[in-house]
Amino acid sequence: MNAKRYSRSTSTKWITRRRKPRTCRAVADYLHYELGIWIWAANVLAATVSCVLILHVVAVGALIFIWMERKISGRIQDRLGPTRVGGAYGWLQTLADGIKLIAKEDVCPGKADALLFKLAPYISFAASFTAFLSLPFSDGWVAQNVNCGVFFVLAVLGLEVFGVILAGYASGSKWSLFGAMREAAQVVSYEVPLGMCVVVPVVLCGTMNLVTIANMQEGMFTNWLIFHDPFTFCLFWVYATCAVASVNRAPFDLAEAESELVAGFHTEYSGLRWSFFFMAEYGSMYLVSGLAVILFFGGWHGPFPIFQGLADMGGLATYTAQLAGCINFLLKALVGITVMIWIRWTLPRLRIDQVITTCLKYCTPLAAFFFLGAILWQINDLPSLNTIDRAAIREDWLARETQIEERREAIAQKAADKAAKAKENDGEEEPSGDGQGTADPADAAAVLNVENVEVEG
Amino acid sequence: MNPFNDPVTVSHYMAVGAVLFVLGVLCMATKRNALGVLMGIELVLNGANINFIALGSSYLRSESLGLDGQLIALFVIVLAAGEAAVALAIALNFYNNHATIDVDRADDLKG
Amino acid sequence: MIWHTFFFYLFSAIACIFGAGVLFTNNVVRMAFYLVISLGSTAGLFFLAGAEFVGAMQLMIYVGGTLVLLIFGVMLTAQEAFVSMRTRAGEVVVALILGASLLALLVDAAFRVEDWAVAPENHVVELAESKTTTQIAAAFAGIRTDADQYPEELQGGLSGYLLPFVIVSIHLLVVLIGAAYMARTKRRADQAPA
Repeated sequence: MNAKRYSRSTSTKWITRRRKPRTCRAVADYLHYELGIWIWAANVLAATVSCVLILHVVAVGALIFIWMERKISGRIQDRLGPTRVGGAYGWLQTLADGIKLIAKEDVCPGKADALLFKLAPYISFAASFTAFLSLPFSDGWVAQNVNCGVFFVLAVLGLEVFGVILAGYASGSKWSLFGAMREAAQVVSYEVPLGMCVVVPVVLCGTMNLVTIANMQEGMFTNWLIFHDPFTFCLFWVYATCAVASVNRAPFDLAEAESELVAGFHTEYSGLRWSFFFMAEYGSMYLVSGLAVILFFGGWHGPFPIFQGLADMGGLATYTAQLAGCINFLLKALVGITVMIWIRWTLPRLRIDQVITTCLKYCTPLAAFFFLGAILWQINDLPSLNTIDRAAIREDWLARETQIEERREAIAQKAADKAAKAKENDGEEEPSGDGQGTADPADAAAVLNVENVEVEG
Repeated sequence: MNPFNDPVTVSHYMAVGAVLFVLGVLCMATKRNALGVLMGIELVLNGANINFIALGSSYLRSESLGLDGQLIALFVIVLAAGEAAVALAIALNFYNNHATIDVDRADDLKG
Repeated sequence: MIWHTFFFYLFSAIACIFGAGVLFTNNVVRMAFYLVISLGSTAGLFFLAGAEFVGAMQLMIYVGGTLVLLIFGVMLTAQEAFVSMRTRAGEVVVALILGASLLALLVDAAFRVEDWAVAPENHVVELAESKTTTQIAAAFAGIRTDADQYPEELQGGLSGYLLPFVIVSIHLLVVLIGAAYMARTKRRADQAPA
């Protein structure tokens, strides 16, 4: 649409305020170059810090969500939920449950395939955890800023089904196997409409990078992608349905149906192994919720741009703005979880054939139809509530990605520097030929360091 | 002589690809379960993919295949998925007709 | 210690060991899961080589799709106690000899080519910043944006991949229909129940 109040200033601001991404690489560089730690220790420390932070999100998040579920379900069912442990609202109840689970006896069924039985919960948890590695919590606050972030998250979420199948098969009981097969069929079927729903924000933003997609929704809440056109608005609801089905939450939780299959694929699991499955499930819930927030609800950019001016000032002000963004993001994802819990205790459970029918006969055609509508809306440049000029940001971003002249210049510059340094170091003749002649695209570091400097200036 | 201090070259990747390829060929040759043979095919295709990716990687070679290597690998992945679906359909059909998945029992046309 | 090299050795060791697990185990379900791990670390190798889009595709399509299909097939054709179908010893020996000689030939060829055995001069790896996704997407739409990475004489021959993309799409559609048709349960009176 025509450039409004935000477009010009936002696009130029976006170019010049390329903040240093707080990725593992940045932390490692800081540790190595500023604090002088040995390079490989710095790398290990940076990776550990990222993993510990994400582990806290997943584990403490699971604690909070299980408590929320019990309280909300209690209130919906006209009872109180946990009230004793830890004070007035029983908020430490999950911790007490966790301690009880750790102390339980580690039972492995006789007919179970012992190795696979023990391996299954960890595979589920690993898949859920790995997807968090590319989920940004604020501008630049992402463990690994994978450039195909959206795709990576979807791919790794699809691996969680292996833990389930493994658990179902290795338990050695037919109820577990049935539950596992149903869940695998459900998750794999719902990946199709989920993929179609997720592609629309990618197309509207022109990138799969999650940080970039969220940054393209900054400003007022009218810039959120869900308000881009009516088709995207409806598509979000299809995404919500598919996401709920994909993480096996009610009303699609036939795999864990207490009333039908004893407990489905985790019937034979008790104690700490069971809690790993549940951490994986709540982790996945938080992940699809966070993904919805980034793709449709502006990520860490709030309904109102309160901290936007603060973000450019550098130093502590930028950190405060990013922290506020992180809290904003966590709260929005929490709203998503609350809605999922609310739906679980309100709607009845679907049968497996109803689940697959919903996927193949309703969600997939609807997703395809809304996808088409959103694409046509975007191509014909029809009016939308978004006032941010994504095309300018996108073209500038694409030009930066495929910069030819600067790259050649940078490589030549680096080669000349290297030759000069070699000359003054050794005092003898330069190392044979390759330093100067090759336009070496493998020299990514030089390119990107130079690019960073240019862009920040 | 610490191998962890030398940078990885295309040859290392091709060696890994060769190992996977040979393992896949042995799987295809020795397994009696039709699905085991199918898994051998998957290993073979992955070995070939590793080769394509290594030769197309701009980090490992100064003059690489570039994007072509990655695109060919993408097509191999997609076509392998299609071929696995068909092979599985054939195997299921065989199982429905013969009540066994053992390829050594597929000797109806044996002279 | 170069981290890239360490992770390369880690991922390739996992891929090869679990690939050997696929070969040497007799339980077909364990074979399937070892294959999952092997292909997962192959995806890791792809990430290490800078092909992150292909790595994510491998995880999503190969591991998350094809292998799930394979495991469903394993479960559907499972017999009572996974009657173990062992290969005869003579065949195993012949296969191992042939396999070992093929492996020796391939590895020797891999390390013999000068162009492949030498790392590039300015060897530096910035994996977190690899950005091939846009270029791959543009190539699938028919536009090559990476012409500057090729030597001058090859730049004229670069082409987009739109036609293969469309052909593969139709091919997959045909495969889906064919496979679904072939694998349907046939309910005829004279058939043994599957």
